[in-house]
Amino acid sequence: MSMPLLSILIFFPILGGLSLLCVPRQQTATIRLMAFFVSLVELLLTLPLVLLFDKSTHVMQFVEQHPWIPALHINYSLGIDGISILFLLLTALIIVLSVLVSWESIGDKVPEFFIAMLLLEGAMMGVFCATDFILFYIFWEAMLIPMFLIIGIWGGPNRIYATVKFFLYTLVGSLLMLVGIILLYQHGGRTFDILKLAGQAYPLKLQLILFWAFFAAFAVKVPMWPVHTWLPGAHTEAPAAGSVILAGVLIKMGAYGFLRFSLPILPDATQQMMLPMLALSVIAIVYGAVICLAQTDLKRLIAYSSVSHMGFVTLGLFALNQRGLEGSILQMINHGLVTGALFLAVGMIYERTHTREIAAYGGLASTMPVFAGFFLLFTLAAVGLPGTNGFIGEFLILLGGFESQPWAAVIAASGLILGAWYMLWLYQRIFFNEVRDGMRGLIQLNLREILTLAPMAVLILWIGLYPNALLSFLHVSVGHLLDQVHGVGLAGPVLPPLTSYLP
Amino acid sequence: MPASLLAIPLLPLASFVITLLVGRRWGARAHWLPIVAVLLSFCCALAAFFRVQSGVIINQDIYTWIQSGNLNVSVGFLVDQLTAVMLIVVTSVSSLVHIYSVGYMKGEEGYYRFFAYLSLFTFSMLMLVLGNNFLQLFFGWEAVGLSSYLLIGFYYNKRSAADAGKKAFIVNRFGDFGFLLGLFLVFTLFGSLHYHEVFGRVGELEGQTINLFGSRVNAATLIALLLFCGAIGKSAQIPLHVWLPDAMEGPTPVSALIHAATMVTAGVFLIARCNPIFALSPATLNLITVLGAVTALFAATIALVQTDIKRVVAYSTVSQLAYMFIGCGVGAYSAGIFHLFTHAYFKALLFLGCGSVILGMHHEQDVRSMGGLKEKMPITYWTFLLASLSIAGVPGLAGFFSKDEILLMAFNTDLAAGKFAWAVGTLVAFMTAFYSFRLLFLIFHGEFRGTEEQRHHLHESPAVVTVPLMLLAVGAVTAGWFGVPALLGGDNHWAHFLEPVLGHPHVHVSAATEALLMGSSILAGVCGIGLAYYLYRLKPQLPSLAAERLAFVYRLLLNKYYIDELYDAILVKPTLAFSRKVVLRIVDMACIEGVVNGLPKAIGAFAERLRRLQDGQVAHYLAWMGGGALALVAVLLIGL
Repeated sequence: MSMPLLSILIFFPILGGLSLLCVPRQQTATIRLMAFFVSLVELLLTLPLVLLFDKSTHVMQFVEQHPWIPALHINYSLGIDGISILFLLLTALIIVLSVLVSWESIGDKVPEFFIAMLLLEGAMMGVFCATDFILFYIFWEAMLIPMFLIIGIWGGPNRIYATVKFFLYTLVGSLLMLVGIILLYQHGGRTFDILKLAGQAYPLKLQLILFWAFFAAFAVKVPMWPVHTWLPGAHTEAPAAGSVILAGVLIKMGAYGFLRFSLPILPDATQQMMLPMLALSVIAIVYGAVICLAQTDLKRLIAYSSVSHMGFVTLGLFALNQRGLEGSILQMINHGLVTGALFLAVGMIYERTHTREIAAYGGLASTMPVFAGFFLLFTLAAVGLPGTNGFIGEFLILLGGFESQPWAAVIAASGLILGAWYMLWLYQRIFFNEVRDGMRGLIQLNLREILTLAPMAVLILWIGLYPNALLSFLHVSVGHLLDQVHGVGLAGPVLPPLTSYLP
Repeated sequence: MPASLLAIPLLPLASFVITLLVGRRWGARAHWLPIVAVLLSFCCALAAFFRVQSGVIINQDIYTWIQSGNLNVSVGFLVDQLTAVMLIVVTSVSSLVHIYSVGYMKGEEGYYRFFAYLSLFTFSMLMLVLGNNFLQLFFGWEAVGLSSYLLIGFYYNKRSAADAGKKAFIVNRFGDFGFLLGLFLVFTLFGSLHYHEVFGRVGELEGQTINLFGSRVNAATLIALLLFCGAIGKSAQIPLHVWLPDAMEGPTPVSALIHAATMVTAGVFLIARCNPIFALSPATLNLITVLGAVTALFAATIALVQTDIKRVVAYSTVSQLAYMFIGCGVGAYSAGIFHLFTHAYFKALLFLGCGSVILGMHHEQDVRSMGGLKEKMPITYWTFLLASLSIAGVPGLAGFFSKDEILLMAFNTDLAAGKFAWAVGTLVAFMTAFYSFRLLFLIFHGEFRGTEEQRHHLHESPAVVTVPLMLLAVGAVTAGWFGVPALLGGDNHWAHFLEPVLGHPHVHVSAATEALLMGSSILAGVCGIGLAYYLYRLKPQLPSLAAERLAFVYRLLLNKYYIDELYDAILVKPTLAFSRKVVLRIVDMACIEGVVNGLPKAIGAFAERLRRLQDGQVAHYLAWMGGGALALVAVLLIGL
């Protein structure tokens, strides 16, 4: 490959975002169009990746490698495998839709908003492409700043509290990860190359220390129970696009981190910590679902449902078998689409009613039938109805969980009952029952809004009916990952005995 | 695979998609596409049936749905004798209900939406019965649940309708919970979810046990029980029956199609389809039989006193479904399916008859405001009478043959619960005849008890309503003729047709015993009709007198044994309270948030204290310096 496709993918939105500075700030229409154009081109740029991708190998593809800080063995190295490619597609799509949903709802500091969003996109792409730990860390932290600004500047009334909490929560976790990275550097042969770090056998004690250091960063991001309390606040206060990106991509980073680092680099610790992780996942599933029943705020409810759904994701991850992992990765994509779609829809309705109070709604199926149809489909996907993508993910995760630890799957499956309960209850309170005052005469969805929701609807059904389109990317990469976790085909230590690095 | 087979589910699917997207523009003509689609689908189903009859069994995958590791699930069709029968039931009743709905739903808001949902339901139900693997069954299972949810809540602005739809979905999820775990167990044990693979190797289950919380459980029993959980939910058996009576909030054609003839029988179909697994577990079969008998009695007693005509028929459905479960429970799967078949016609007829009455009465459903409708609604009356005779088990009509077959098989079986089920079943036959004719007499005979305005507007329904009634009446009379027992000179063609799939238990009771059993069930039916005639025609003051004397029993039955209230008190309210008071307030806000917000606060407070040290007073600084120096010296001295 001569074209640095991944670098283009990372830097095109960053440059595109900065180019908005050239437009006079009064011309908001031009700025919006340009932002949309940049995000759309970015989405098209992922196409060659899909077409040229070789599904039959687990080796990193589209690799780029340049020395960056040779003294510290830090490289600018990029590459993707069957797991990361799906997240690139998801990110590119989510950003396009986020731009569309911000079209009219963002009226203040328009250029800054879109610049922040495009910078964020570049950083997210970087996270999924980086194969150097320091590069990864830089992108990882770089995501925080635009998100911090998006919530803190364009958010709701409580935005400052929410955004500072979000920032501190994730920063504390990330710093522990940084310590872990440095520790790994010392013991892993003075390299930050993820692939090289993965091939080695570290002492169990070190692995456990590193596992918990990484856990701090990733669990907060997922968010796993009990470090989830930043999420409801951040979601509630964030503007629609912020919530969509947060739910759609950002919180997937945590689970992606587990996949990319904890599992292959620390296989023994991962296996040792499997039961606690499964327990936390199951708690998250039930806890998140039960707490949804007590919510009165629309966005808060969906935020807590994310905690429950991400519990499924980590459950599948730590089932440590083929179906669990594939289901988990698929469910991350699914959750990005479904919860992303739900937040898009909530944003649209909020623009019309200016309330997030569920009790204020009622009878919207009569007043906004098309919107009600879209929302119903998203609701059904969220409760995992067969035919939608949500079912495939949950089914594979639960089956994987059942094969690994049946008790975990049994408890987790009760989340399906609770999920139906809170989602259908939500749907009823908003769309059914008597039409409430103030819900009459709402403006129907316009073409832009329909075009924002339609791709999600199509993808939900397409993945639900033909999941192999995505699963086929995963088979080989996940198989390889499992080999690494279970120590199959491990080449053995290629470096001097690790004890020589220990004090 | 023949294209006509693919067309069976695809035509309704296409009709659903198109009608949903553009049907609004068709206004009052929105029914055409769905009707044509379902009729063509019916024709294709007939073709499939005859193909099966000529001995061609199709089992073919269409495409791979989910592939992960060694999990390989396809969308594919299995068309054998059982499927063929189900295809006929589903498409025929669906066709008639589609046509009937043109009259019933005329002028309703969301007319196109109603027909779109009917098409969606038909598609889902067909996928359910056509599937050649467990997961496709589950797909259809959930999809019919969705259609049911949408159609129960069709009048969604009405809170009770929206509640009922939601309740149906959630209660079913309890059953699905078990069903899904059953699927997981099947896959872990067999490495496949395809019927032919699983049933072909079902013998491996024998003697296999599973460690369940420390105790060894028979694998076949566990699978069968988990699958049965799903059946309990979908077919509204105790303790998950609570959703079905509420489902009557849906338009009446929906009640006839989904909540009587087809969807609610999916549980029976599931057990019949999985009979090789169930056959390995006598414990589960006993449970199914006992639960069936208890549910049959339980629902029949409630039906005795209800005053909403649709609720009477709804409880009657629960009770009749329980008969089918008794049939399956005693291993006579073909008898269960036989009753499923005949019940589809006479119960759909009863419901649609109720619908016709409701139309004539301008949406009055309380039986106390009716009476004497016979003169004004002759076609509705006569067809309703035939359906009532059929369900009461009057010899020669459909219900007689299938009910009799089940009772015979219950008596015949070696299973411990068999005789019990037979005794209860015969008692329920008596009650069934009674409440059916109580309903008939209260609606059609005696004096009209409604308002003057209702009397004035009372009219027979249009032909588009009555013709489906007449066609269903043909079914309610003749559907049983496929399974005339040898005792009455038939050759029980039905059981022989289904034998390759469902098997047929050996009948070892003598002809005399069989005749005696038949006689007793006929007697039960006739007595029930007689009692209803005595109480509601000859001595109409007696029922209210009895209700007064037995006020406690009457209230208990009228309030459906207070099961809804019970669930509300022990399940719904505590969960909601737990969610609000414990999880949200204590765990989330007080504990977790307490730590999260407390930590920075503690650091802040500590810093505040520390800050005070630096107060600008030189004397204080000197004191601290001195103290520090002393401490240092002390440490050094002790250390050395």
